[in-house]
This record gives sequence, structure tokens and C-alpha cells, in this order.
Amino acid sequence: MSERVAVRKTYKLFIGGKFPRSESGRSYIVQDSNVSLASRKDARDAVVAARAAVKGWAGATAYNRGQILYRVAEMLEGRRDQFIALGVSADEVDAAIDRWVWYAGWSDKLPQVYGGANPVAGPYFNLSAPEPTGVVAVVAPAAPALLGLVSVIAPAIVTGNTVVVAASPAAPLAAVTLAEVLATSDLPGGVVNILTGKLTETVPTLAAHMDVNAIDLTGVTDAELAAELEVKAAENLKRVLRPAPADHDWYADPGVTRMTVLLETKTVWHPKGV
Amino acid sequence: MFEYAPAPESRSVVDIKPSYGLFVDGKFVDPVDGGSFKSINPASEEVLAEIAEAGSEDVDRAVRAARQAYEKVWGPMPGRDRAKYLFRIARLIQERSRELAVLESLDNGKPIKESRDVDLPLVAAHFFYYAGWADKLEHAGFGGNPRPLGVAAQVIPWNFPLLMLAWKIAPALAAGNTVVLKPAETTPLTALLFAEICQQADLPAGVVNIVTGAGDTGRALVEHPGVDKVAFTGSTEVGRAIARSVAGTRKKLTLELGGKAANIVFDDAPIDQAVEGIVNGIFFNQGHVCCAGSRLLVQESVADRVLESLKRRMAQLRVGDPLDKNTDIGAINSAEQLARIRELSDAGSAEGAERWSPPCELPDRGFWFAPTIFTGVTQAHRIAREEIFGPVLSVLTFRTPAEAVEKANNTPYGLSAGIWTDKGSRILWVADRLRAGVVWANTFNKFDPTSPFGGYKESGYGREGGRHGLEAYLNV
Repeated sequence: MSERVAVRKTYKLFIGGKFPRSESGRSYIVQDSNVSLASRKDARDAVVAARAAVKGWAGATAYNRGQILYRVAEMLEGRRDQFIALGVSADEVDAAIDRWVWYAGWSDKLPQVYGGANPVAGPYFNLSAPEPTGVVAVVAPAAPALLGLVSVIAPAIVTGNTVVVAASPAAPLAAVTLAEVLATSDLPGGVVNILTGKLTETVPTLAAHMDVNAIDLTGVTDAELAAELEVKAAENLKRVLRPAPADHDWYADPGVTRMTVLLETKTVWHPKGV
Repeated sequence: MFEYAPAPESRSVVDIKPSYGLFVDGKFVDPVDGGSFKSINPASEEVLAEIAEAGSEDVDRAVRAARQAYEKVWGPMPGRDRAKYLFRIARLIQERSRELAVLESLDNGKPIKESRDVDLPLVAAHFFYYAGWADKLEHAGFGGNPRPLGVAAQVIPWNFPLLMLAWKIAPALAAGNTVVLKPAETTPLTALLFAEICQQADLPAGVVNIVTGAGDTGRALVEHPGVDKVAFTGSTEVGRAIARSVAGTRKKLTLELGGKAANIVFDDAPIDQAVEGIVNGIFFNQGHVCCAGSRLLVQESVADRVLESLKRRMAQLRVGDPLDKNTDIGAINSAEQLARIRELSDAGSAEGAERWSPPCELPDRGFWFAPTIFTGVTQAHRIAREEIFGPVLSVLTFRTPAEAVEKANNTPYGLSAGIWTDKGSRILWVADRLRAGVVWANTFNKFDPTSPFGGYKESGYGREGGRHGLEAYLNV
């Protein structure tokens, strides 16, 4: 009997819940695979998809968003071997799964911890509540390939933002595989969009895009590029998360900053009276 | 209009010196590489004092003094002692509040009833509020060991000179930072009197430094490599430039910038209350308010009634001497600002909107602009899109709540908004959809030290006030 010929996977982009190739028709070879080489147009298309998803995702109940993030953990648990086959350590996969669970629980707690009633000196009802800032561009760290990626996506989306993620150019397979997890987790299309390819091609477009509200530069290791992106981001006053230090411990308690930087606080006043 | 006899507040309560130096390291000093400029009373164009202009060497000395104070005194000091200094300052402000209020009105042009009844009480309250945080930071929800950032560079505008100083300095000091603050060049006097209050409170030298000057001084301050934090309140244009200038540094940045707030009046709103809110929204502080309700969105079915009532109310507004206790609208802060208001108002007429002001006698000297409304404004008009920062209201109409939300959000700004309706569920529905940091429902222009303030989108980022305001000055 002849040996079975394996079915290989085509690694594509993840935009609006679908897996298109780059509109440019280009790919590059990395991790022994052909991977889509996203163009500036793909980046803009991803922003359109992310913007279209904001209303539904930000408008979903916190309970609903929490369940969907938990569902991502369930799906990831079932696909552990797929990531291990890509060279991700078992410990890292475990940590990534646990991180989804951790963030899932934040959806309906952060507004209580981070908002609340303010005791103003007058006869007024005064309430502050956090809201998502909108569309967030994210540059994922190269390593750890899966845990780093999950650690930048989950805090952005748990509060109702949608993201366009530029995957690590050197290790994009974990990102594309995570997209397959997300696509089967009841996450609405467009909430997470993933681009593979060169950071210098897609990220400046995202940093300068007037319909992007915030940019997370965590994965940018070139200080000059980071500064250039921050300058572009200033044009519409994007909220900026600066690059992570090289020795950042991704296994440590992440804290809430990654969530709060991507939130707006809205405060509503109303007089009390009869 | 009723006739009132003049009722001026006495200016003898404040003693203005002929000239002021920079406040660096606890002392007033002459600039080493700067110059000087004059601060005038915008209501009379009279020179109030000559003010030192800090050059880059002066800014450097101030930053070094702040660094020294941070490392040697303020940083290591227990929170409970920092708190006591801040409580002292709050008390001194209360004790000297009339003096500060008169000085503010003289230098800024705002009516004494506002500086006395709004600005000064809020200034004292702000210091009192943040004083209490200084020894409770580990309970503020930013983790168990929140650390200060270091030296904060703070640049503030001329519309609420002392209040903006309080919004900047109180949380910075409570969190354990030291500061170098640059007041606006047209309104430096209350900041300099505040420096005297710091001396009176025996605040350690270098914890608060005040460098006076214009744009160049501000640029030297925010671009100084020795600052860890930059906080700016002012125009979106300058905010953008600052955001670019801190790119690639580790400086933490918060920005409180412009606005073009929608004040939405639904057909079931109590008209008289709404009209009071509209007037307060746009004519408070001569409209020199970043969160001013400068776009009135009124439901078509009640537009005529609201406008008729608004015009009647506007005819009662008293424009004139800021020190007169009956004055509702004072002087425009500067000739430059007056020119900007005139230019945009002329553009409103030229683009086809209909302009109306009540009959209104303006003083001969000083900078004045009559309260003005434009009707027939479309969303494309410059007066509906650009921040005028003056007593000029653009009136637009809508038919449905969805249209009101759509129009309200149709701006790159997102600082504040107003809603007037009797229906509670509608307030909450609309408030949820407005992209604005502060939403006033059936009220407007209310502020409190416990209540976070700040914008969405191009109105900036970060919040001032409340627990949220601490985050801007902590390494979290």
C-alpha cells in the first residue's frame, strides 16, 4: 500500500471572518510554508471590516462577549496539538488557553472595577463607565508566538474593541492557525482581522489610517520604526501603546493596563429632583 | 432689560506687583536666557504686570529643580505628609479666594460671579480631593504598589487659568510627582500668586515650578529630555504637535483638547430649563470652554419655540465689566482670540447661515463680542465643524433621535454633549450612543473634582478628575 499523500494547508489572511488571499496575489515563504504577503489595500480592507464589526461587538452584552472569549479557550484547548506541531511548547499553549479564560472573566467586571458612581458635591446623579475606543491596530510580538499574540488580542477585544492584527512576519503560522480557532468560536466576523506579511508594508498604513482609534506597538522592535509609527498615529490622536521591553515576561499577571489604554471613560450627569 | 447701578467688586483686595520673575526651586528668579512680556486686562487693555519669559536654559533649570525635589524630598516623603501639604494649599486657596477671583477676572476677563462662584470653589475642592488620595494610592485600583512617574511638564490654557492649574498640579503632587507648569501667556498672574501660596504653605522647594512664557517656552518644556510626563490642555492642533514630539520617548502623555459639543433638545424637553442650559452651555465664560455646547441640535417640531425663547433670554444677558457682580458675559481674553471669533463668524455669514445678536452695547476699550447665534446652519458649514471658542452658537435641527445622534457624532471631536428630554429611557439610549467623554443630561457645564473629565477621538486622551485622574500620573 502506498503511503498516504498529506493534504497541505494554504495559509491565508483573516478579514471580516473570511480567509482571503492577499488582493495583491503575493505570498512569501516562511516556516516552510507559503504565507500571504498582505498589501496596504489588504490593511485598509481589514480596517473597513473591523469598523463594520464595532457596532455589533461593542453593543453586545458583556456576558455575551465573556462567553465568546471563553468559547475561544474551549476551541483552543481542542486544538492544542495543532500549535504544538507548529513548534509552540505545551506550556505556552496552556498559558495561552488560560489567558483567554482570564480575560473572558473581565468582560463584565472591568466596568465595575474601572467605572462607578462619583460623589459630586451637588444634587446630581453622576456615573462613569468605560467604553471601547473602537478599531485598534495591533502589532503582535514575534515571541512567544501564540501567548504573545493572545496577550495582545484578548485585552483589546474583551471590552468591545475590534482589531486589525499585524502578525509577526517571522512566525505567522500561529496567527493564521489562531484565526481558525477564532472563526469557530462564535466570534462575529471582523472583530479580529489578521494580516501576515511585512510590518513595514501594512503597519504604517494602519498607523496613519484616520478610521483607526488606537495602535498597540507591542511587537515593534525597531525603535526608529516605532517612533515613526507614533508620529503617524498623532494625526488623529490615536491612543498608543508603546513597544514592550525586550525582557517582558508574558507569563506574568498581565494587569489591566492593556485593557484600560483602549477604553474611553464616559461620565453622565443628571440632576436629582422631584 | 432692568437697569442696574454698577456693582463692581473692589480690586483693592489684590496687590499686583509691577513685575514677576519665574518660580524655580522655591524662589522667584529673573530669567537667564529669556525676556519679558506684558499681561494685560482684556476688558481695558491696561497693562497689569510685566512677566518674565523663560528661555530654554530657564526651563532646564526648572526641570532640574523638579528632578532634585522629586529624588530628594517629594518622592521619598510619606504619602500622609504630601497629603498635608496639599490640604494646606487647599485651605490657603479658600482663605485667599476673593483675592484670587479678582485677579483671575482682571487677567482673564471672565465675570467675577464666575471666577468667585465657579472657578475658585472648584480649585480649592480639587486640591482638597486629591490631597486625600496621596496616602491611599495603593487602594486606587492600579495595583498594590503604584509609583509616581517623576517630573511632570504641564502646559495649560487661558480659559480657566487657576482651575486648569489645579487640575494639573493636584493629582500630580498627590501621586508623588514634581511639576514644572507653564501657564498661558495671556493669563499668568493667578499661577504666580499660586506660587506664593506654595511658599506660604512651606511646600518644599522645587516641587512646584512655574515657568511663564509663550509657545517657545512650552515647546522647550514638553521636549525637555528630563521630563517623564507631559500633560497638555489646549488646542487639538498643538496637542497633535506634542503627540508627535513625544513619539519614540518614554514620556507618558495626556491631552485635553478641543471640542464641538452637541447640545440636543428633544421636543418633550421643558423649554425654559433647556434654554437656561443652552445659554449656560455656550455663553458661560464667554464660550471660552472646550466643552461648550456650541452646536445646538433642536428637534424640528419645537425649533421655533426654542429659538424665540432663547432670543428673549439672550436679550437679558449683561455684557461688560468683568468685575461688576451683575455681569453675565465678560471680555474676550485677547485680541488674537477676538480676531479668530470674528473670522469664523464672518465665515458663518458668508456661507449662508443667518446671524443674530441681541441689541447690546459694548465697551469702547478692551476685547468684546456680543452673544451670537446662527440659524440655518448645515453640517458642512465651518461654524458647525470648527471650534470657535467664543460666545457663538450654531443651530441645527433634527427629526428623529437617530438623526440627532448621527449629527452629534459627526465631528472629529468627542469631549462633551448635552441631552434635554423628559424621558429617562431616551436619555440613556442617546447617552450610550454619543461618542463623548462627558454627557450632561438636563444640565450642562457641571464640573466636580470627583468626576472624570476628558475626550474621545481628537478631543484627546486621558481623564482629569476622580480616581481616573490619578492614572495619568502613576506608573501603572
